[in-house]
Amino acid sequence: MKIEMHNIYKAFGPNEVLKGVDFNLEPNEIHALMGENGAGKSTLMNILTGLHKQDQGSIVINGQETLFKDSLDAEQCGLAFIRQELNIWPEMTVLENLFLGRELVNRYGVLKTKEMKTRAAEVFSKLDISLPFDKEAGLCSVGEQQMIEIAKALMTDAEVIIMDEPTAALTDREIEKLFKVMKDLTRKGVSLVYISHRMEEIFAICDRITVMRDGITVDTKAIKDTNFDQVVKKMVGRDLEDRFPQREASLGGNVLEVVGLTSGGLFKDIHFTVRSGEILGVSGLMGAGRTEIMRALFGMDTVDSGEVRVDGKKVSINNPAEAVSAGFAFITENRKEEGLILDFSIRDNIGLANLESFAPKGLVKVNDEKKFVEMMVKRLNVKTVSTETIVGQLSGGNQQKIVIAKWIGTSPKVLIMDEPTRGIDVGAKREIYELMNELTNRGMAIIMVSSELPEIIGMSDRVLVVHEGKITGELMKQEATQEKIMALATGGN
Amino acid sequence: MNSQVKLMKNNTSVWQKFGPLFALILLFAIITVLNPSFLTPLNIMNLLRQISINALIAFGMTFIILTGGIDLSVGSILALSSALMAGMMVSGMDPILAIIVGVLLGTIMGVINGLLITKGKMAPFIATLASMTIFRGLTLVYTEGKPITGLGDSLGFQLLGRGYFFGIPVPAVTMILAFFMLWFLLHKTAFGRKTYAIGGNEKASRISGIKVDRVKIMIYGLAGTAAALAGAILTSRLNSAQPTAGQSYEMDAIAAVVLGGTSLSGGKGRMFGTLIGVLIIGTLNNGLNLLGVSSFYQQVVKGIVIIVAVLLDRKKSA
Repeated sequence: MKIEMHNIYKAFGPNEVLKGVDFNLEPNEIHALMGENGAGKSTLMNILTGLHKQDQGSIVINGQETLFKDSLDAEQCGLAFIRQELNIWPEMTVLENLFLGRELVNRYGVLKTKEMKTRAAEVFSKLDISLPFDKEAGLCSVGEQQMIEIAKALMTDAEVIIMDEPTAALTDREIEKLFKVMKDLTRKGVSLVYISHRMEEIFAICDRITVMRDGITVDTKAIKDTNFDQVVKKMVGRDLEDRFPQREASLGGNVLEVVGLTSGGLFKDIHFTVRSGEILGVSGLMGAGRTEIMRALFGMDTVDSGEVRVDGKKVSINNPAEAVSAGFAFITENRKEEGLILDFSIRDNIGLANLESFAPKGLVKVNDEKKFVEMMVKRLNVKTVSTETIVGQLSGGNQQKIVIAKWIGTSPKVLIMDEPTRGIDVGAKREIYELMNELTNRGMAIIMVSSELPEIIGMSDRVLVVHEGKITGELMKQEATQEKIMALATGGN
Repeated sequence: MNSQVKLMKNNTSVWQKFGPLFALILLFAIITVLNPSFLTPLNIMNLLRQISINALIAFGMTFIILTGGIDLSVGSILALSSALMAGMMVSGMDPILAIIVGVLLGTIMGVINGLLITKGKMAPFIATLASMTIFRGLTLVYTEGKPITGLGDSLGFQLLGRGYFFGIPVPAVTMILAFFMLWFLLHKTAFGRKTYAIGGNEKASRISGIKVDRVKIMIYGLAGTAAALAGAILTSRLNSAQPTAGQSYEMDAIAAVVLGGTSLSGGKGRMFGTLIGVLIIGTLNNGLNLLGVSSFYQQVVKGIVIIVAVLLDRKKSA
């Protein structure tokens, strides 16, 4: 399928999102669509697949001007869109999810389960996944759920598949599989639009790249004619120094000591310390138990045994409220579900973790709160019209800044950040790194859990590697390399 | 300005903010045209007294619904605390003290609901459905299914349901005081913020260090208190405790909260909206009575008004 989008304009209210975008997709290609959060990538793809209608401009498919009625119409014409937010019904089985809304039935309306299983098995073997069909989808890992979505798209016999950050939750092995499938698909005449922030992937798999910035297309190029720096420069519209800011840590004494933390089958005998002013990177594969350790530290899950000391004193933490008063703050990997109240304002969200200080006697001092929130929004460089803006309307990077702002006000001693820059564009990433430096300079200790090795190596003063619920290694900044970390993370030596 | 009003400015349309108020004014106008005796000081005072019981219950219910919960047991709490108060009075306790103890017992009943929901991890609908039956059953056991009468002639007790304060019925004064206190609690205090936050995203609230369980228990306790206070007013007005008092009052309260624009899924809504909702339901009852509409039709009309209100709300906010 050949798609040409010409001069697309789209505004939501006063907010102009697309200001004359050109985009074209050739048959058999993998086309990367890049740009910072808020550049208009998702809107453009939503227009292509019929969810929104453009205010101006035309879409020409195989030489014919086309306007889809709605997303179903687009799907029936062979366009599949795998969104970043997965469309999984957790209570239904894998098979039910795969065929939701297009179940195979006989002429009496009875489900043809056998046939569905056969078809699903075909697609699964193509993707090289083995998932029991009757497993509840909610019990599958996020990576597996992502694969279900991909299998769903493949089963519609789509000619164009759009993938928005498909690898964000996948393990390296799963990513490898996905890439193989993508290559296979192009050989069969399918074209793919690939939206991702992971530069390495783009250069590994894509044929062409289109970069968007502030609602316009900056450039479209063949991948072999461009390079990493060029792309980043076009995305942010300026030279970006390094991906990671200079970091000079001045370390103080131990703030946190974790001794022999153990929890059932999740993790065992975890020992580590963090010093004030330090960034401790925690690396490991998905499912190794990193997040579980952090959740237990923060009182969200219970532990079987072990001791936690803050400033040398033993603390007992049974719920997040106790963790907060012991000096912890936790930025979870899941900002939309656990970090923010999406339909509340910026002010209400930041205020949430700080109610004790704005309302010492129970009465909220709105003026103090407002001043603080405005200062935070300015300092963290949050792009918003007002502090009363609804958080759900902000881009991912700005949302993440709100979660951080929320916790800074509580002056935690230990800040736990789980995947602090997931799904965030390059520019905002760097701002968050700079902020981390600033916080540690003021004596805060940061524990950073991350799946991105460059981030772990670029920002950590020390790296812990977790493998199957145990700490398999500790590397100082100088000795931490991708190879060493991967070896420890996969259980090598 | 207070935060929640501003908050509403951002995520609700003009209809959601003022719609119920417009509807109330329209209702007033229609009924007045059909029967001018509706808009007389005497009838308005009547109206205020009539709505005060539903208002008290609905104010407490607002907090619960804002957290995404529901309380079906408020009518039974009203009846049980009313019976207990009357029982204490009959047995010779000072009436004012009996009322205070009775209201506190209502608080405890609410707290029991809260404990079942938080510590017992039960869905609010199920927990309060069960406690509704239990409290009603206990009322019947305690009263032996008969009204408790002979409550004495203490002036303070009589004033509570039947007195006037500068020409305004005391129940209406109680309602207005309760409104301002709870408005303040919801819109000006950290407790109110937490109420909204729990309804907006319970997980995120917990992670933000909010003691979600404790706040919820307090809110169910508050609703129990309000229901028991309404029970005290009813006991005074009837000069007796009725075993079947307060039946289906929870439905009127929920209807008022929803008519006032509060979302049943929690996180969105206002105290003022509930007041308007209560007034709409009260005006319908009072007005339809004045117009001579049979009470059977009144129920039909009330139901239709709720459906229309919710449909409009949905349409304008889409």
